[in-house]
Order: sequence, then structure tokens, then C-alpha cells
Amino acid sequence: MAFFLEVLIGGLLTGVLYSLVALGFVLIFKASGVFNFAQGAMVLMAGLALVQLFEPTYIGLWHFVGVGALSAAVVGLLVLRTVRGGTFAAAKGDWRIHLPKIVAVGAGLLGGVLALAGGAKGWPLWLAIPAAIAVMVAVAWVVERWVLRPLVNQEGIILFMATLGVTFFIDGFSQTLFGSNVYPLNIGLSKDPMFLLEGVFEGGILVNKLDISGGVIAGVLVAGLAVFFQKTRIGRALRAVADDHAAAQSVGIPLNWIWFIVWSVAGVVALVAAIVWGSKLGIQFSLTFLALKALPVLILGGFTSVPGAIVGGLLIGAGEKVAEVYFPVVTKFLTGTAMPGGVEYWFAYVLALLFLLFRPQGLFGERIIERV
Amino acid sequence: MTAPAAAPSAAPNVLDVQNVEVIYNHVILVLKGVSLSLPDRGIVALLGANGAGKSTTLKAISNLLIAERGEVTKGQVMYRGERVDGLTPNDLVRRGVIQVMEGRHCFGHLTVEENLLTGAFIHGGAKRQIAEDLEKVYHYFPRLKERRQSQAGYTSGGEQQMTAIGRALMSRPNTVLLDEPSMGLAPQLVEEIFEIVKNLNEKEGVSILLAEQNTNVALRYAHYGYILENGRVVLDGAASALRENADVKEFYLGVGGEGRRSFRDVKHYRRRKRWL
Repeated sequence: MAFFLEVLIGGLLTGVLYSLVALGFVLIFKASGVFNFAQGAMVLMAGLALVQLFEPTYIGLWHFVGVGALSAAVVGLLVLRTVRGGTFAAAKGDWRIHLPKIVAVGAGLLGGVLALAGGAKGWPLWLAIPAAIAVMVAVAWVVERWVLRPLVNQEGIILFMATLGVTFFIDGFSQTLFGSNVYPLNIGLSKDPMFLLEGVFEGGILVNKLDISGGVIAGVLVAGLAVFFQKTRIGRALRAVADDHAAAQSVGIPLNWIWFIVWSVAGVVALVAAIVWGSKLGIQFSLTFLALKALPVLILGGFTSVPGAIVGGLLIGAGEKVAEVYFPVVTKFLTGTAMPGGVEYWFAYVLALLFLLFRPQGLFGERIIERV
Repeated sequence: MTAPAAAPSAAPNVLDVQNVEVIYNHVILVLKGVSLSLPDRGIVALLGANGAGKSTTLKAISNLLIAERGEVTKGQVMYRGERVDGLTPNDLVRRGVIQVMEGRHCFGHLTVEENLLTGAFIHGGAKRQIAEDLEKVYHYFPRLKERRQSQAGYTSGGEQQMTAIGRALMSRPNTVLLDEPSMGLAPQLVEEIFEIVKNLNEKEGVSILLAEQNTNVALRYAHYGYILENGRVVLDGAASALRENADVKEFYLGVGGEGRRSFRDVKHYRRRKRWL
């Protein structure tokens, strides 16, 4: 029993990571109807940016200056946008039409100079994390401006192909910028094993503290997102856009701005996934293919459901571990010979296939409200 | 076609649509040069059959066309003397022009109150103002107050229409483009909604451009009317004059004097109007 629980808990905590990636998918799919294949690549990029800013082993001084300038420019533009309260159409010749450029360049120069002064020794965590977020916000802006906006009103499959292209671009470009080795990420989360429930089972249950903190971080993130979606003005607008693009537009919700926000939030979720995953296994190229594990999670949970992504991730994480461990035992009991493992690799996909056959909307897929 | 006469009143117009042509998908010509004007504090009705171009005209003004791959290819839209075609819907809402779309388009998974609040998006964090506006909307639509916590997708058609209008009011508009408010509603409810619209016009000073198939009701509440056919304005005039117009009676009000006419006459009328 203790062994089973150990396997189960280990699996659940892997599941948390699947959930985090799936969550990024769900956010973007709900708000823009785009199936964003690039979510995995965004995890890679966020992770690489963070690890290289925090403990640089690949990048040099000028990268820091660049990221510093970029972050400052992003922050400057966001502040400007907040102060000014959205777009306004300035008349031609009005100097204020150039205000965003002025702010971006000014803040960028300031950030660059500060980064230059700080040097290439790496930044403290409180600076590295916001800078990595700023990098992801910049990615969101580029994607919205240069991919989504020109392709507005195109078929879903075209947008999907576009995100495939974005995947490989982000994947390659982030390695160009930040290096392509496996980088251990050590932000101070304890990796010590610990024992739970020692009173109940002999010897207790062995779990890794890192997994526990990963679970807690993910939980906090999800709770934060739930509050953001349910209680804030922007969150309400996001849900409105998810429900009906045209109507949202008609009441003055700017779709482009909402898409930008959603991609930024997905970037933040990617960063959190990268922190948890990277602390465990290091930041590496294979993070991109997390996207493939998130697919069955989405099918299980439903493409439009945030709780679905969480539950789906946990189910698949736990299910595949338990199946992997107990498959030989069960086959031995049934056939007399123990079949070797390898179940972990296909379990999720077969489960997803079964769901597609019998419950295509997933566990929590949105019910289409139709009055009779 | 000759340009239709401008609205008769001396009051300045809030909206002037000048010879607007709209093409969908680069090939489908839907509006073939429509001109109309909406006087300040007026209610103007756009009448016509299915596919005449009423909704397209409204969307050309509110710039929701782009989302449907439509494009204004000729002409211009002036709002209070400023050219506004080419602005985003968001910019227009900020200037006070908002459209209530045909078929209500409530956010089904949001509650009625949340639906109303999305209408105040452009006002950002102005909490007190938004709370006041919410009370005002509930004052005009007491039914919505009762249903404030229900998911909009599960409310009745009339309540959804009220939600859609209330949502638009939350943006503090001064011009509302109202598309088919009577669609799919019981006659009694249609009257109720039109009464509220008239109230809003008189008490809040909101100018209203109304696209409507229900000619009878629309002409009772509007001050002025335009009749569209095949993407052109074929007739316009004060609502009272249109109500008495023989053609309008015959083809839109269904009260022709000389008994039933044959379909050929209808075709003849249409052809005549097309070349007018």
C-alpha cells in the first residue's frame, strides 16, 4: 500500500507539470480559438531566459544589456498603456502619436545602461524572473502583431500551421540567444527526499520535497488565474471574448489587446512550468515536446476548461505511472509471464483515444448552452 | 440613382453616411452606394426585406464588417463632422457609437450582470460611475435586476435582448445602432422593448439608428425612415409620411387598398425602384 501511494503521488506530481503546459493551451484556445502548438517552445524559451539571466553560463554582457533594455521597454509601454487608458487615435502630426516609441526607446536605454552597470554576473532572482516575464511578454506582442493579426479570420488549420512555424522559430531562436545545452536550474527549491505518514505505514512514504513545492507553486498559480478570470475586468473581458468574438468587439473590447494579454499570461504560465520542470530535470531542448504530452491531457479535460486541464494532467500523470509500475504485475497474474514496461509512453495517448471515441468533449468540456 | 434627400430637420446630424459601398470577400457587392443621416436625438429606421443590406449598413458604420471579411470600398461615414470609417470598433465605442448586434449575442456563460459589466469595458476602473450606470440600466430594465445572477445563456429571448441593449448602454453611448431588436420576440415584448428604446431616446438623449423588418412597429416609433432594397435606398421620408405612402403600405405594411396584387406587380415595383 505504501508503495502504491508512493507511485501515485510521484505520478500526480508529474501530472502537475502536464497540467501547467495544458493550462497554457487552454487559455489561448479559449480566448482566440487558436490551438497553440508553440506552448511547449514557450516553456523552453522562458526556462532558457530565466536560467541564463540567473546563472549565466552561455550568454555574455551584451545579452544582459539587450534583455535589460527589452524588459525596461516592455514595462515602459505597459505603464504608458495603463496611464493613457487604451488606444487613442491621435491626429496626424500630433506628437503624441510617437509617444509609445519615445517611451520604449527611453525606457530601453535606461534599462540597457542599468544592465550594463550590473554586469554579466547574473541577476538576483527577483530581477531575473520579471525579466524573463518581460521576454515572454515581448514574444506575445510579436506573435499577436506579426502572426495573429495578419491571419485574423483565417481557418483554424491555417492558424494552427502558423503556430507550428512559431514553435520551431521560438525553439531555434531561443537556443541562438541563450544556448543549447542542458542547464540545471537551481533557484533554491529543496531537492531533499522526505517521508510522509510515517505513523501510518512502516517507513512512511518517500516523496521529493521538490515535487511538493512544484505542486504548491502550481496550485497558487491556478488559484491566481481563477481569481483573475472571475473577478477582474480584464478577466471578464477574456471570458466574454471566449464566448463571442463579434459581440465582444461590438461592446468595445479590443480583440488584439485581449489576445496580447492571453499570450502574455500563457507566457507566464510557461515560465512557471519551466521553473518547476527545470528544477527537476534541468532546462533542455526536450521541453518543446512537452506539448505532445499536453495533447492527451487536453482531450481528457476538454479544450476549453481550466479545471479540465488540471484534472486531466493529474489523471494522466498518475495513471501512466501506476500503469507503468503495475503492468508487469498484472500481465504476470493474467498470462503467467510478466510483460516488460514501456506503458508510460503510450498510456496517455490510448486513454485520449478512448475519450475521443466515447466522450469527445472531454471531462469538463464546455456545455454548449442552447435554449429549447 | 439620385442621391436621396438629406434628413429634413435643421438639427445637426450625428451620423452622415455618404454613398457607402460594401463588398464582402472581395467579390460580393452588398451595398451599392447608401447615403443616410441620423439627426441628433433622432430615431431613424432602416427598413427593408431580408438581405436588403440593413445590417451591413449598420456594420459599415460600427466597423464590425472587417470581422466578416467585408470592406467599405467607396464613400465615407462621418460622425459629428469627423470621418470615422477606418477606426476600430473600440475607437468608435469610445467616441460614443455602439452597435447592438442582430440576434442579441449575449455572452452565454456570463451572468446577466457580468454581461452588463463587459459593456463598461472602455470605462476601465471607474467603479462609482459603473455602479451608477448599472443601477440606471436596472431602472430601465427591471426584469434584468431579477435575473442578474442567472447565466445569460439560460434567460429568455426578451431578457437576452434587454441584456444586449443594457450592455450597450453601459458604455454611455450617444448613438446606438440597434439591429433587429424585435427578432424572434412575441409582439407584446416587442412593444415593451420599443417603449424602452423610446424612453432612452427621450430621457437620455440617445440617438438611435434602427434596422428593422417589423416595418409597422418601427414606423410608429421612428421619426424618419429609409427603405433599402438590394443595397440601395429606394425611398425615404418622415415616418408619418412613409406610413401613408401607398407603396410602403402595399409592400411592407400589407394593407394595400385594392385587394391582393399579383407577384408580377411586386416585381415591377422592385424593378422600378431599382432604376429610380
